[in-house]
Amino acid sequence: MSALTLDQPPAPAKSTTRRPDRAGLLREVAKRLVTALFVLLCTATVAFFLVRLSGDPVKILLPPDATAEQEQVLRHSLGLDQSLFAQYLDYLRGLLHLDFGDSLVYGQPVGEILADRLPATIELAAAALAVTLVIAVPAGILAAMRRGRGTDNTVMTGVLLGQSTPPFWVGILLILVFAVWLRALPASGYGTLANLVLPAVTLAVYSVAVVARLLRSSLIDVLSCDHIRSARAKGFGPLQVVLRHGLRNASLPVVTVVGLEVGNLLGGAILTERVFSWPGVGQLTVEAISNRDFPLVQATVLFFAATFVVVNLLVDLSYSFLDPRVRTSR
Amino acid sequence: MTVMSPAATDASPQPKPSRGSGPVVLRGLLRNKLAAVALAVLVLLLVAAVFAPLLAPYDPNTQNLLLRLRPPAWQDGGSGAHLLGTDQLGRDMLSRVVYGTRVSLLVGAGAALLAGVIGTVVGLASGYFGGWADRTLMRLADVQLAFPSLLLALAVVGFLGSGLWVVIVVLGFTGWVSYARVVRSEVMSLRTRDFVTEARAIGVRDVTIMRRHLLPNVMAPLATIGTLHVAAAIVAEASLSYLGLGVPKGTVTWGGMLSDGQLYLGTSWWVAVFPGIALMLTSLAINITGDALRDVADPKAYRR
Repeated sequence: MSALTLDQPPAPAKSTTRRPDRAGLLREVAKRLVTALFVLLCTATVAFFLVRLSGDPVKILLPPDATAEQEQVLRHSLGLDQSLFAQYLDYLRGLLHLDFGDSLVYGQPVGEILADRLPATIELAAAALAVTLVIAVPAGILAAMRRGRGTDNTVMTGVLLGQSTPPFWVGILLILVFAVWLRALPASGYGTLANLVLPAVTLAVYSVAVVARLLRSSLIDVLSCDHIRSARAKGFGPLQVVLRHGLRNASLPVVTVVGLEVGNLLGGAILTERVFSWPGVGQLTVEAISNRDFPLVQATVLFFAATFVVVNLLVDLSYSFLDPRVRTSR
Repeated sequence: MTVMSPAATDASPQPKPSRGSGPVVLRGLLRNKLAAVALAVLVLLLVAAVFAPLLAPYDPNTQNLLLRLRPPAWQDGGSGAHLLGTDQLGRDMLSRVVYGTRVSLLVGAGAALLAGVIGTVVGLASGYFGGWADRTLMRLADVQLAFPSLLLALAVVGFLGSGLWVVIVVLGFTGWVSYARVVRSEVMSLRTRDFVTEARAIGVRDVTIMRRHLLPNVMAPLATIGTLHVAAAIVAEASLSYLGLGVPKGTVTWGGMLSDGQLYLGTSWWVAVFPGIALMLTSLAINITGDALRDVADPKAYRR
């Protein structure tokens, strides 16, 4: 939601005198894993108690004229007649076996429903990532190389627009232009490439803005370094200098911040799926919340948190592999 | 904007002398033409929100089923009576867009203020005390970050019921992390400065040091983050209302109007487009102001 963390590219890692050693790296990985598990446990706990604050789900599930006996039967079958603490332990025990319980609305195991919807969300996310890379990387490079000139201003205006425009409004505009006025692309539906175009672009708008902006500022930093000056002195052309000597260094802070932005992107996915009736996990989440289908809500919340945690874990690790200086700096 | 810390003036030079007081900041903002325009838009929006009943030609909830989905005045079939046309229930679009400003600005300002207070307290404590307090609070921030804020807001509103105050509180409680991190890092670099160690040496209480000596020095970055967060909160509220899980149906919100308007895109574009433009313009104006504020408050930092 907030575009605040991304404005400041993280400071380049300081080199240290200690040599990287394998044991230190393993310890670092283990520490990160423990933190990740702790974060997931907290999220699972919050989700568990949050959905139970809302009152009695049995009252919502049954029609108003249900008898006390019917209520009792349903309560027992859902395990809601146990103490809250017993339910919580049960829930955690289930999580250990990746058993999230049965959906109250669909009656199926929540894991199956989630697995059913996952491919659509992955497809959407992958397509949006592709759009982001294809647009944001050249835009960021161009803006950095022509800093302060027309191209740069155009890119930065686009960045500002992209960061200020909520995804559902982008989606509605795209539907209006490409589906209603031009009749070129479908407004909703799933399955063909044509169906994928508008949702992918919608989801990508925000990340294009974030990546282009960060890549630009981080490239500008890198381009003032000594090794770039040497490369220039050796007679490499400007584009060659950027591609061969600048981009790898400049991509490190971008990767880190994009990891932190995953939360926003997941939120964007929920909205994008809703705009285009895309049959993915985001749409499922909104439905589950509206239906107060709490096993399903717990699972989807945990799914999103796990995605965030795993991506950031990978980002952290890749960062320390990509840049040897980071390995021992902590 | 920035209050000079009394101790800072006599014990040591002001740590960040480039940060000016209110009028200086305003002058700096106005020198930036884009920011001046953005500021003017914000003033207009504020006027629209405060004086909505005087400015709106109709009551935003009055239905007129005989005048459903009338186009804006400049299109065929439109009339001067409804400048921006009417929606699916014959309600005046202009009046609804004007009234929609109220919820947006209220939620934006309320959420940013709440998040700012929480984040500042956490950041001050974390940066000043360090040690286990710092580790605990920052771990808490990690957990908060891993919980997608839109999802948390959705779940809270979905399970605890919708309402203006619920939305403000939820967005306030999900947005504090960026404030806390910035305040913490500033405080960590400030706490070893002479004016702080001297204050501690003469026995000034921790709370007083934080309030009188540290807080004034973090006001400039706080103002920037706060401004940008207002835009984020406005977009978040619109997102919740668009999903039907924000402010209750009876209240006029841009997000709710967009959700209605999407159903009529095929025939009546104006129902979705006008609230969308209002939303984007608001978010854009606030973001431009925030960026400009940062440039003025800390000229070294960005404009690279």
